[in-house]
Amino acid sequence: MNALFLAAAEEPQNPLLPHLDELVIGLIAFAIVFGFLAKKLLPNINKVLDERREAIEGGIEKAESAQIEAQSVLEQYKAQLAEARHEAARLRQEAQEQGAAIIAEMKAEGQRQREEIVAAGHAQIEADRKAAAAALRQDVGKLATDLAGKLVGESLEDVARQSRTIDRFLDELEEKAEAAR
Amino acid sequence: MSADQTLAFDPDCHIFTPCGFPAPGLHTFLYEPIATVGGFEFTKPMLLALLSSLAVIGFFWAAFAKPKLVPGKVQMIGEAGYDFVRRGIVYEIIGKKDGEKYVPLMVSLFFFVWIMNLWSIIPLAQFPVTSLIAFPAGLALMVYVLWVGLTFKKHGFAGGWKNILGYDKSLGAILPLIMLLEFFSNLIIRPFTHAVRLFANMFAGHLLIVMFSLATWYLMNGLGFVYAGASFVMVLVMTAFELFIQAVQAYVFVLLASSYIQGALSEHH
Repeated sequence: MNALFLAAAEEPQNPLLPHLDELVIGLIAFAIVFGFLAKKLLPNINKVLDERREAIEGGIEKAESAQIEAQSVLEQYKAQLAEARHEAARLRQEAQEQGAAIIAEMKAEGQRQREEIVAAGHAQIEADRKAAAAALRQDVGKLATDLAGKLVGESLEDVARQSRTIDRFLDELEEKAEAAR
Repeated sequence: MSADQTLAFDPDCHIFTPCGFPAPGLHTFLYEPIATVGGFEFTKPMLLALLSSLAVIGFFWAAFAKPKLVPGKVQMIGEAGYDFVRRGIVYEIIGKKDGEKYVPLMVSLFFFVWIMNLWSIIPLAQFPVTSLIAFPAGLALMVYVLWVGLTFKKHGFAGGWKNILGYDKSLGAILPLIMLLEFFSNLIIRPFTHAVRLFANMFAGHLLIVMFSLATWYLMNGLGFVYAGASFVMVLVMTAFELFIQAVQAYVFVLLASSYIQGALSEHH
């Protein structure tokens, strides 16, 4: 196994001993990475990450406030609705009461008018009856007197006696009518 | 470059020929310079390291250069990766309040290390940059300087030493022993293990993939084709396994870095 190894000419040294040139290059390479990341790129992304967090938090806050508003509006509506229902019930009740009162009033009025009419009718009938009775009494008395005068042939001039006799006769008639009833 | 130079082994070398198995070894991790500028030798791993920077920046540029409130696909993936390191590692280990400052560092570290590891299984690159100790060592050193500095800045000189050495009066007579152990454990072994954990994983993984790849090629001769098939299956298995290990090791590296910083900032650790 001879001599085609690239490094065979160089004596391999202890692998734990660092070469200074490699060490320097390594640190320079790292410094470049660190410089770019620490000065520009990571601050960039940190800014955006903060902005994103704020945006998300802002969104959550907005949603919360919207929800609270919606809740309050809903409660308001519910309260209004309940009030409206209450009002409607009250109005209905009132209307019912008013209707009942009106009906009662009308009934009373009708009753009253009926009674008045009936009473007036009664009074009229009574008056007519009395007038008729009075007229009849006079006519009947005269007819009876004339008839009796013709029958007995004497003129019954004494009006007072005539009147008394007629009255007695009529009273008897009335008593008979009463007894017949 | 000629073929035998780029492949680093003899392509005609097969089993049942008078040619031995070209086993991979330390030389597998050595590269001839691509270019030499004034004595500075620029190699393929260095190129890959710089390409790693480019890849990480390129991706995050595409994702975060013009970020939108409603993210697109690339931004969403970028945010997921960013959030993984930020919440999954930094906030978990250091805490949200103290940790926020170190998020860019840890995010950079995680993705840079991960991409450097990832080159291992990317065609043409096929080399984990972190399998060269210098790259993890540089990053571990940086983390080391940061957490030691933070310890003294936060607790003052005496307090810093107490923090590092685990000073606790209730320990009584064994306190000096504990302090000695803590001294070695925290100040000397810790940065070493931090770097070597990443290095060794990537080193071993790469070695295995190269070994099975070479074996597959080497066994392709006569009856050897049967073994070559088995070896090739191992290449696929190891490649999938490496994909997992690369991410895990990047994660562990950043996790440890975070925990060191957390230890520096806390009262006791």
